[in-house]
Amino acid sequence: MRITPEIVADHGLSADEFARILHLLDRAPNLTELGLFSAMWSEHCSYKSSRVWLRELPTEAPWVICGPGENAGVIDIGDGQAVVFKMESHNHPSFIEPYQGAATGVGGILRDVFTMGARPIAILNALRFGDPAHPKTRHLVAGVVAGIGGYGNCVGVPTVGGECTFHTSYDGNILVNAMTVGIARTDRIFYARAGGVGNPVVYVGSKTGRDGIHGATMASAEFDQRSEERRPTVQVGDPFTEKLLLEACLELMESDAIVGIQDLGAAGLTSSSAEMAARGGAGIELDLDQVPLRERGMSPYEIMLSESQERMLMVIRPGREADARRVFEKWELDFAVIGRVTDSGHLVLRHAGAVVADVPVAALVEEAPRYQRPWVPSPPQAAPEIAAPADMAAALRALVGSPDLSSRRWIWEQYDHMVMADTVQHPGGDAAVVRVHGTGKALAIATDCTPRYCAADPERGGAQAVAECWRNLTAVGARPLAITDCMNFGNPERPEVMGQFAGCIRGMAAACRALDFPVVSGNVSLYNETSGKGVQPTPAIGGVGLLDDLRHVTTLALKHPGDALALIGATAGHLPCSAFARTIAGTEAGPPPPVDLAAERRNGDFVRREIHDHGVAACHDLADGGLAVALAEMAMAGSLGATITATPGALPLHAWLFGEDQGRYLIEVPAGRAQGLLARAAMAGVPAILLGRVESLDSLTLPGGCSISVAALRTAHEAWLPAYMGEG
Amino acid sequence: MRACVVVFPGSNCDRDVAVALRQATGADPVMVWHRDADVPAVDLIVLPGGFSYGDYLRSGAMAAHSPIMRSVIDANRRGTPVLAICNGFQVATEAGLLPGVLMPNAHQKFVCRDVTLRVETSQSIFTSRYTAGQVVRIPIAHHDGNYHADAATLNALDDQGLVAFRYCDADGRPSLDANPNGAQRNIAGIFSRDRTVLGLMPHPERAAEPAHGGTDGRALFDSLLAALG
Repeated sequence: MRITPEIVADHGLSADEFARILHLLDRAPNLTELGLFSAMWSEHCSYKSSRVWLRELPTEAPWVICGPGENAGVIDIGDGQAVVFKMESHNHPSFIEPYQGAATGVGGILRDVFTMGARPIAILNALRFGDPAHPKTRHLVAGVVAGIGGYGNCVGVPTVGGECTFHTSYDGNILVNAMTVGIARTDRIFYARAGGVGNPVVYVGSKTGRDGIHGATMASAEFDQRSEERRPTVQVGDPFTEKLLLEACLELMESDAIVGIQDLGAAGLTSSSAEMAARGGAGIELDLDQVPLRERGMSPYEIMLSESQERMLMVIRPGREADARRVFEKWELDFAVIGRVTDSGHLVLRHAGAVVADVPVAALVEEAPRYQRPWVPSPPQAAPEIAAPADMAAALRALVGSPDLSSRRWIWEQYDHMVMADTVQHPGGDAAVVRVHGTGKALAIATDCTPRYCAADPERGGAQAVAECWRNLTAVGARPLAITDCMNFGNPERPEVMGQFAGCIRGMAAACRALDFPVVSGNVSLYNETSGKGVQPTPAIGGVGLLDDLRHVTTLALKHPGDALALIGATAGHLPCSAFARTIAGTEAGPPPPVDLAAERRNGDFVRREIHDHGVAACHDLADGGLAVALAEMAMAGSLGATITATPGALPLHAWLFGEDQGRYLIEVPAGRAQGLLARAAMAGVPAILLGRVESLDSLTLPGGCSISVAALRTAHEAWLPAYMGEG
Repeated sequence: MRACVVVFPGSNCDRDVAVALRQATGADPVMVWHRDADVPAVDLIVLPGGFSYGDYLRSGAMAAHSPIMRSVIDANRRGTPVLAICNGFQVATEAGLLPGVLMPNAHQKFVCRDVTLRVETSQSIFTSRYTAGQVVRIPIAHHDGNYHADAATLNALDDQGLVAFRYCDADGRPSLDANPNGAQRNIAGIFSRDRTVLGLMPHPERAAEPAHGGTDGRALFDSLLAALG
């Protein structure tokens, strides 16, 4: 078949890119080879628009074992144990087919973690949906939540946290970002590298079918009116097979049979074989007649580009095939030797006795295009006046019952968040806390991003996302260690979008440096755009922290009437771009709050020290909705009231209550210990005031004597999502 | 007490219940693969939670025909007690060890949360360390926990005191609001006629130590230890 310009365009390759292929091969590719390039050079696999910027992110720390570039990041938590984690997007498929799109997103990120030798111990999800009033939103929420639960629950890994917000910019492009955290032994980390000329290349897991062909290419293009016709490019998940694959892989990893291993994710057999060969500096020859197929008559093109789920590719040590086969047969999974490692540096495919493709691995991987896309900085935003509400209590009730701040119970009760019996802090807190099995240690895990901040000021928004994640881990008593990121943006060929990307990266990089919080893995999802309208820039941050001792785990629930409440961090009453401005004042305009990274670090380190050295009864970070919402959340969680005795001073009361100044925490300590806390804060140069006290009464009393029942707040808080989903 | 835990493909609470058994008894249970022909000589057989065979066809239906189940049924006929939790309960009803069936939840959604249960009787090897009427808090996590049986079976369960646990409110009333899945008569767990099999949807192994946030499930394992040594 002659490769025409139309065929090239259908493969998502530009004329320049095709010219580059001709140059690299020194001949025209056949259709199978074009398919390989199409997948490997897609934005999704090649990071061609983002790579030049991603280099700016700090990726190293003494505790980092493996940074970006592998299936997942790896950090050291002592005692010979490592944490393996990553977050990944499944945005495009989830919009087209929400249940399967979200389910296979979970499946893919689980495999990224267990392929490195780790047992997954927690799943989180960062979800962004369109306006609740948009006709598709409810259906998408229902499908995505059911898909995540349907997959994770069956595999038996707890889904312990995440976030879910709504904004009209996601009407045509929802974001479904899934994060998995696993535990491995530091001396048994497995990498995705092919090595050892002559070693067998083994395929395990499910059979290959015609599903998901060109999924990676689909995920690298904007949506238009016809996107729903792409439903056949969405894969179908089978969590039961994933569970078997997980157990079989971990069982085989107890031995020394595996040289290298990688899951078959985006671009299936193409990317796994090419990337393993590239990392190992080797070649790979595959006999496609040996690939277990679900249906007859599949072409080499279809076999190589299928994104059928629950499959793995491994390179096995010589003479260990029989051992490996025994394990996979025990778990009733397909096991097939489909090729060999070579020293040719080429990916060679045979089918029905003939060579059907022969391409240098470097041409597919290292030689993929890299673009320095033009970009323009986002314009600065003028701050609007945000008027005071008529009734502070009513405003607070409206905020805690708003789409973005209401309880997510309806979601997390559909997730098994307790299986494995190590979930210490359940969903609903600042960070999930999961015990490291069989130890007294625990991991704190959180995902964070405030897209409206990133839209208004990408650099500040990028820094804030990292800082808030760090703060959430700190608030439960953990020492933050590292992050994974999931960069969700619009069309990178638009300079404004590239400007948002560049700004977010710069802000993130600054925060990561200031907080010693490196990036160890990540994922970029571009073209989250429909008919020229992009999503708000959404660099979702997934952070992991360590608690050396479970006894230090701190929750946000108020504990004891009579205790003192202290506010840590400086309050300037920044209202523009806040949840209050959006929900109560009806404006999204204005700059986000400044992020003072030195203060962030100082305040957080102080709070963590207080938790460890002196013990605090409750701790909560201040974020959306500011002081008033944070206090309301603590009161609702503890079923206790509180009285604010401090006064706003020169600030307007609504700015003091609802402003979103960064780097702040609310903590509860016994009344007799409050003065000591304030003295230590002063010594540390940390702003701190005595805010008020915990009450046994069911009410929050705000300055000026206005009070509101905690039960009424809870009713508003719990009501919105079930009512929206038609179950109120 | 020597226990074994049957592991089906897709079981995922096998480790959790093994940990709870070890903490209660000081001994590791034997993990038995579903394709084994025989359960070892033990004092207790556990059918754990999870998604055996992915819950495909019908939850518990395929596992009920696993090779090991014939041996489990034989051992129970000879008197070996069986503790069947969640998916294990579904397997036990499909295998005929217990009457009735677990249907999809009335609201058609998976549900994972703490529920309050009323212990209906302490007259069993599984519940002797509870008191009858005691209200306990133990988590559930299932999609198919909606217990159904015909009226004659339900009456027999009630008349013979074979209901082990009922979903109830904080005051011990088995109210409609306290029923998380639509189960008839708020049934959360039942015994076989000779009380050698307990099937229950809640997960006592997830409320067995302080780190779980509750320890009301521990008494179930302590009861077994007291009865079986």
